[in-house]
Amino acid sequence: MNATLDKTSFEPRLTAFVCNWCTYTGADLAGTSRLQMDANVRIVRLPCTGRIDPLFIVKAFERGADGVIVSGCHPADCHYTSGNYHARRRFAFFKELIEFLGLPEGRITFSWVSASEGQKWREVVNDATARVRALGPFSGYPGTELPAWPAAGAPAPNPAPGGGGER
Amino acid sequence: MARIGVFVCHCGENIGRTVDCARVAGEIGKLPGVVHSVDYKYMCSDPGQALIKQAIAEKGLTGVVVSACSPHMHERTFRRAAGGAGLNPFLCEMANIREHCSWIHEDREAATDKAIDLARVIVEKVKRNVPLETIRIPVEKRALVIGGGIAGIQAALDLADGGAEVVLVEKEPSIGGHMSQLSETFPTLDCSQCILTPRMVEVYQHPRIRLMAYCEVDAVEGYIGNFKVTIRQKARSVDETKCNGCGACQKACVVKNVPSEFDERLGKRTAIYVPFPQAVPNIPVIDREHCAYFKGRARGMKKDACGKCKEACARGAIDFAQEDRFVTEKVGAIVVATGYELYSIGKDQPAAGLKGYGEYGYGTVPDVIDGLQFERLASASGPTAGKLLRPSDGKVPKKIVFLQCVGSRDPAKGIDYCSKVCCMYVAKHTMLYRHKVHDGEATVFYMDVRAAGKGYDEFTRRAVEEDGAVYVRGRVSRVYRDGDVVKVLGFDTLNGTPVEIDADMVVLATAMRPRKGIEKLAQTLSVSYDRHGFINEAHPKLRPVETNTAGVFVAGACQAPRDIPDSVAMASAAAAKVLGLFSNEMLEREPTVARVDAALCAGCFHCERVCPYGAVEHKEVRDRKGNLLKVVADVNPGVCQGCGTCQATCPSKSVELMGFTDEQIYAEVNALAL
Ligand SMILES: Cc1cc2nc3c(=O)[nH]c(=O)nc-3n(C[C@H](O)[C@H](O)[C@H](O)COP(=O)(O)OP(=O)(O)OC[C@H]3O[C@@H](n4cnc5c(N)ncnc54)[C@H](O)[C@@H]3O)c2cc1C
Repeated sequence: MNATLDKTSFEPRLTAFVCNWCTYTGADLAGTSRLQMDANVRIVRLPCTGRIDPLFIVKAFERGADGVIVSGCHPADCHYTSGNYHARRRFAFFKELIEFLGLPEGRITFSWVSASEGQKWREVVNDATARVRALGPFSGYPGTELPAWPAAGAPAPNPAPGGGGER
Repeated sequence: MARIGVFVCHCGENIGRTVDCARVAGEIGKLPGVVHSVDYKYMCSDPGQALIKQAIAEKGLTGVVVSACSPHMHERTFRRAAGGAGLNPFLCEMANIREHCSWIHEDREAATDKAIDLARVIVEKVKRNVPLETIRIPVEKRALVIGGGIAGIQAALDLADGGAEVVLVEKEPSIGGHMSQLSETFPTLDCSQCILTPRMVEVYQHPRIRLMAYCEVDAVEGYIGNFKVTIRQKARSVDETKCNGCGACQKACVVKNVPSEFDERLGKRTAIYVPFPQAVPNIPVIDREHCAYFKGRARGMKKDACGKCKEACARGAIDFAQEDRFVTEKVGAIVVATGYELYSIGKDQPAAGLKGYGEYGYGTVPDVIDGLQFERLASASGPTAGKLLRPSDGKVPKKIVFLQCVGSRDPAKGIDYCSKVCCMYVAKHTMLYRHKVHDGEATVFYMDVRAAGKGYDEFTRRAVEEDGAVYVRGRVSRVYRDGDVVKVLGFDTLNGTPVEIDADMVVLATAMRPRKGIEKLAQTLSVSYDRHGFINEAHPKLRPVETNTAGVFVAGACQAPRDIPDSVAMASAAAAKVLGLFSNEMLEREPTVARVDAALCAGCFHCERVCPYGAVEHKEVRDRKGNLLKVVADVNPGVCQGCGTCQATCPSKSVELMGFTDEQIYAEVNALAL
């Protein structure tokens, strides 16, 4: 099945930040094995999930992504021994920030995909795409809107500050 | 201003079938900074590469993007081509529109749109690439081998015979590993010691091998070609330069009842001991935990409780005051060969997730032993001088039951893998048993018989056909002591009937596990290990003896359960890899390393804390008069492996990973915007 054939439905855009050694190679394997999957994901290759600054994710949404995938080596399998542990810790913290920004959690997918898990990569891609498709387009960080003006007759609240919402 | 050239490859039909390559080249050609954009059938072919070189020369390109297969496939090819045309190779990158696009999508429109996106992302990155130089580092042509089992011995000998200097570190008093404990070995039933001891002696006498027994690796610094290793020489309490191995001290020792590790606790040894008569080096060690002298000292006795060995030693080699010493060695490569240990069915397990066998009595039934204990009972040098006698009362067991897959292939106990050698050694054990007890009955409970290997299947069949072993397919649910016998309750799944055997002795083929504490060594070496603790190879098929840390190799049963032929093959392969490395005077490395901007760095050293390699050093910044202004971080490019964790962690963004800078990555993310 290829959802992109249906032009009327909403086609989300997802940016994937993946490490070079496990997930990128796993995605290569999916290719070599000709595993068909949704065409909504664009991969940005990094050496290690440890290299991923949470601001990359914030930026991706700001620039119009509807969803983000972060994927690297399984715990204890990191090519660089411990980069993925640092990434995990960083993202645990980042999750609180996501809530503050008002991003529904379903827009961000964290997973481990090893170099031998082409099949799993396909699942991650299709599941994330389906989830984000159901959530609809991302239109700005709700948490960054200013609170409504309390006094009667006050001007309408500001729209979300620039960059995020307009698509 | 950037002048980027884009080359879109059809890869025959592989990309061209699903991606409209001409449209990709056309769309990308419209991007600012792209001055050349073409498509071609096979970019990696000679004419394809010529196209790239020609465009670099004619159009004065400042960057090249090849939209084709995975960079893991051809990045090197195209970088070399770019370099050949005078462009810095690191200004050439690939967009993966085959594995990540044409091969996984059918819809031509969607695939083409995606291919355009992927190419655009890399164009934006390459615009921000800077020329980098390959890092060149000299090679120290000495190798460290950790572990002196058959794998470590073989690796050390091959390396030394190949002309390299070798330091062989073994934590026990003697080299030899588990092979020295075995009686006879499958598939040929040749005597283990007879084939092993000559190799041990060869190690000892080799002019290029420095044997460091009773030593452990404490710390490792540095990187491929240039490791600095700190080795702890544990106190033997015996001066190695004086001892001649006469053995008088052991005769004199008053403590004679220490369970012998070598005999798997079935025999006894003295407190000053060599593990076995053929030990290499043949120099005793005082086991301070059991020695009367040290026990007396620990209890604060005024007079020494003992000193018999010292009195007996004609050469004055006993040195109670000896302490651990540390030596450092510089080596260019490391081979890890720390081997295995057996899973024990007891209640206490070394790792979370592992469980013992309550149903087999947690190892409290004296006549239930493991495979290595059986080897010692069957061995002529063992505690019973090769007579098969059961531990509880020394009787000859007439009925013996062997259980395969104890722990192995049992996810409920925390081990899901197959230990690979047990099917073979159980068959061997039934044969050894019948050769010693002619009227004995051997029954084997098995799940499958896995005997793949040259002469292996024939061997297991021989056990049944010639030596009368009875194989029962099925598991055993309970083993317990019942008066004089060990009751074995099992189930024959082929007949569908329960089986009950009154055995005289039961031998458990327990799983092979990595050595306790191997994780710590792995962390010292920065190599990765799987969830059981086996060292990970760099690639399960194509790089079986390399690890993920350049310059560190792996051999033998520390990587996965292995028999002797496999361990030896791996060891020779690892030695060949090291010798290949040593054939270079200088090493080349990708310049994907982190760099610190000293002006921005505030010296918080968060980067140092997260760096997996210890690549971050402290650098003093001084003014012209020499006054210290601040201490900043500095990355040693030889040590850095380029993960970039430092950059993601740095609060002031003053460390950057070359080739993956923030600027480059944000440009990629922005290029995906609608
Ligand atoms: C019951 C039984 C019977 C077997 N029978 C056969 C057989 O008949 N034929 C066959 O081919 N195979 C047989 N095997 C398998 C065989 O034992 C292994 O293949 C072989 O011993 C593996 O060699 P190795 O050097 O990798 O490991 P080991 O023999 O375990 O040697 C590892 C060495 O490294 C040392 N070491 C560990 N950690 C450190 C450290 N941190 N620092 C320094 N040194 C360290 C250890 O002290 C040891 O000397 C049998 C195994 C068992 C359990």
